[in-house]
Amino acid sequence: MNKMKTILDPVFDNNPIMLQILGICSALAVTTSMVLALIMSLALTTVLSLSNASVSMIRRQVPSNIRIIVQMTIISSLVIVVDQILKAYYYDVSKVLSVFVGLIITNCIVLGRAEAYAMQNPMGMSFLDGLGNGLGYSFVLMSVAFFRELLGSGSLFGYPVLPLVTEGGWYQANGLMLLPPSAFFIIGLMIWAVRSWKPVQIEQPEFRIIVRQQKEELSR
Amino acid sequence: MENNSIKKILLVALSLSLVCSVVVSVAAVSLKPIQKINKTRDMHVNVLQLTGLYRKGQSDEQTEKQFAMIEPRVVDLQKGRLTDLDAHDFELAKVLQDPQSSRALSRKEDLAQIKRLPAYMRIYLLKNEDGGLDRIVLPIYGYGLWSTLYGFLSLKADGTTIDGLQFYDHKETPGLGGEVDNPAWRALWHNKRLYDEQGRLRIAVVRGRADRQAEDFVYRVDGLSGATLTSRGVSKLVQFWFGPLGYRNFIETLKQESLSVHE
Repeated sequence: MNKMKTILDPVFDNNPIMLQILGICSALAVTTSMVLALIMSLALTTVLSLSNASVSMIRRQVPSNIRIIVQMTIISSLVIVVDQILKAYYYDVSKVLSVFVGLIITNCIVLGRAEAYAMQNPMGMSFLDGLGNGLGYSFVLMSVAFFRELLGSGSLFGYPVLPLVTEGGWYQANGLMLLPPSAFFIIGLMIWAVRSWKPVQIEQPEFRIIVRQQKEELSR
Repeated sequence: MENNSIKKILLVALSLSLVCSVVVSVAAVSLKPIQKINKTRDMHVNVLQLTGLYRKGQSDEQTEKQFAMIEPRVVDLQKGRLTDLDAHDFELAKVLQDPQSSRALSRKEDLAQIKRLPAYMRIYLLKNEDGGLDRIVLPIYGYGLWSTLYGFLSLKADGTTIDGLQFYDHKETPGLGGEVDNPAWRALWHNKRLYDEQGRLRIAVVRGRADRQAEDFVYRVDGLSGATLTSRGVSKLVQFWFGPLGYRNFIETLKQESLSVHE
């Protein structure tokens, strides 16, 4: 029960992108097609689960003075290994993704989970936490990529769904969907939808704007 | 031992570095052969795409079969002759590192901003059915706006008429300089000429639209709008590689001897 919660919690209730607003940069960059988003999701989930497990494994031995460097070293080694595997077995994908895979090292979600969870929790649970947060990230990435690829290129996973005007069909591709700002719009709409469904996630405003008249009344 | 003592910090740092470096090097070394095959195949696909033989989504076996019809050779740029060096083992990076086989370019010579000039380049000869020379695919590279553009230019057997141009690696701005990949723009290069009757190098990418009626239209390619610096970079790198330091000498030999590829 608790294990399931660790995995599923970050998908909807505590999503790293939608609630914590972490890892936005790669969510903008790699969501133009579903294939790219899928490989990126797999790469991040792998790195996140393994880095969480490794950090947790040595958590009692790590001197607190150098803990961030220790975490970064583990994360970057894992990222290099993943990048090498992609280069060997998914060459075409790696040509496009290589830069972004390298940037997983600086993805706030990975370091954030290592520091916030793996340093205090046992190995198995840390692994599951990594898996869960990876799934939360993947869920957002795949949803954004679904809309961007469908509306921007008229296809899903590279297979044409909406026949394009340029190829004799009826659908005029929306070029904006292929540009980074469109990912902001889609993530924004998703945050709106999830918070309407789960009002607990709505943040309390830090301050309220009040009209001058009221202010004078108050100070009286 | 206290976790934050200097001894412990050094111990943890050292052993972690050791473990991580072993993991990384094992992955890098053991996967290298597969990565090399991928890279070579990618290069073959690029050459085939430029020659128009490649069909999208064809199998790796087909690619290798088609590539067997193409003869890679190493050319000595200065002498302008084909050499007997093994073309399959040719690596440009190695040639550029070796002071024996490359030299630094002075700023005035270095039109393409490539810093070092290799003495040898690997080129690809494409034969027609009778075994005569049909096309030559020549690698070219040089700096654009953000990055070095790597590509191929394929030339018809007369050594002057361009068949096609394609870049396989660059990091120019998508939508602006990145339009060097646009098929419509690449098609503009088809049937352009490098040299005029007197043998002067005339090819250039112009700013904006080239005058369709002008006498020199056969040497002019439209610039990419919004990508002045990338266009200029492409223009300069083509001029460099077909100038006296590049393939010029080889093309002269080719014209004079109507080079046989049977040898």
